[in-house]
Amino acid sequence: MMPDKSVQRRGFFARFLGGCGRWGLGLVENVYFTYQLILQSMYWTFIAPVTGKGLRVGSSFEEMVKVGVNAVPIVCLISFSMGMILAMQSAYQLEQFGATIFTADLVAVAQTRELGPLMTAIIVAGRSGSGIAAEIGTMKVGEEIDALRSMGFHPIKFLVVPKLIALAIMVPCLTVIADFVGIAGGFGMAVFSLDLGFSRYLNPTIFALVFKDMITGLIKSFVFALLVGLTGCYMGFKVEGGAEGVGRRTTQSVVVSIFLIILADSFFTAVFYFLW
Amino acid sequence: MEADKAAEYIIEVENLMVAYDERVVLDGVDLQVRRGENMVILGGSGCGKSTLLRHIIGLERPEAGRIKIRGRDITVMREEEFSEILTKVGVVFQSSALFNSMTVGDNVALPLREHTRLEDSTIKIMTKIKLEMVGLSGFENHMPSELSGGMRKRAAFARAISMDPEILFCDEPSAGLDPIVGAELDQLIIKLKKALRMTIVVVTHEMESMYAIADRVLMLHEGQVMFYGTVDEFKSSDNERVRQFIERRPEAIQQDESGRYVRALTTDSF
Repeated sequence: MMPDKSVQRRGFFARFLGGCGRWGLGLVENVYFTYQLILQSMYWTFIAPVTGKGLRVGSSFEEMVKVGVNAVPIVCLISFSMGMILAMQSAYQLEQFGATIFTADLVAVAQTRELGPLMTAIIVAGRSGSGIAAEIGTMKVGEEIDALRSMGFHPIKFLVVPKLIALAIMVPCLTVIADFVGIAGGFGMAVFSLDLGFSRYLNPTIFALVFKDMITGLIKSFVFALLVGLTGCYMGFKVEGGAEGVGRRTTQSVVVSIFLIILADSFFTAVFYFLW
Repeated sequence: MEADKAAEYIIEVENLMVAYDERVVLDGVDLQVRRGENMVILGGSGCGKSTLLRHIIGLERPEAGRIKIRGRDITVMREEEFSEILTKVGVVFQSSALFNSMTVGDNVALPLREHTRLEDSTIKIMTKIKLEMVGLSGFENHMPSELSGGMRKRAAFARAISMDPEILFCDEPSAGLDPIVGAELDQLIIKLKKALRMTIVVVTHEMESMYAIADRVLMLHEGQVMFYGTVDEFKSSDNERVRQFIERRPEAIQQDESGRYVRALTTDSF
């Protein structure tokens, strides 16, 4: 299309409106893309297997090893440190009231309700979310996605669903591990340097924790897992233009998924605090 | 009469229109490919030849026009029906598009594993046969990254023919490869065609490949059909564009509307 003279002469206002329009159209397109991604992922997870179109169980297990089992060491390391930090920071404040004994309660509740799910999700976003975006992005750049489609395979079924299933199962599992290891970290710190005895720490921990704390943490971590997975896939499919595009979208996937995790966290924490 | 035509033409493209935003990429392209024919889609860079291919294999939907494969319109087809047609179609992409996370053998076996209920041992044998046909026997357990460009292309051919397709599409088979490997791939295409009795559609810009493969030629220029006919007709054509392409003459540089626009942008008060 050749631009005619009138385009150049249009005033600021017209260009402003044009910019708004383009931005709006882009937004609508991205929202529609996200909607389609979610809808089709749900279709290929829940409906397609029932109607005999199959589910890629094998590659789901492979993904579970990649996002779950391989992440156990780093999750343990970070949760253990987190537990120790929590114990020290709460002891620092509680000392002033002579209430060091409540360190155990604080560590246990904070770890299961908040820090276990949150830290696990952030680790997974950095480890696997970026990996998903890079993998799908590289496949898109190398025409591999086109190749999949030309062989009659649906990319959502082949690439997205196994990853989402793996994340939805493994992130809550990692969270449970993180909770235990975190409490163990706090326990270690308290017993060896805060002069709290073995049973004087363990009994309050067991007493302070209620089933609800664990459940709310796991609900959160399930939601975080889906957010990380969908963001990674979205960014992967949005890659355009070679290796540089892969790099940019990979970075974006980490930033956006951490942002969404925090946003969802505030929402769910508020819901659990005020309504449950 | 109508049924005869459907049997004769395995691919029919009618008045295909494609536009990205406001840029027209394909403007009323017609193409018929007979069963068992070697069709070459020829044209310079950016003429829309790869876009035409992407539409025929259903990766994109056109603005207007009809694309029929085996007499059935794929532009209005449901996804399930279309994936059934795709099992009878093989595609070799420009960048080979092998799955880098799988071995060469798994790449070739993937369509068989997913679309058929064959025993694993049968699939293994079939994979071996296909790799042998393209001259890659013994490379089952190599990763695609361990192969050279020409070998990757060969592996891509093996994957494309793994389901014994009726139609084989190749996008720029010799792009980025040296002339010898390119010529070998042309020979491979002809050999595979003889062995499997396929219809072949090749997209290329190389005259040597075209002469080696083609029965008929469709030449595109700026989204429009510039020439459509047999190779002999192509050689004797007096169309200016065709002569320019055959004689490899460069385009005369001319100032057009967009040139004026660029000048206006760079010299005005911006």
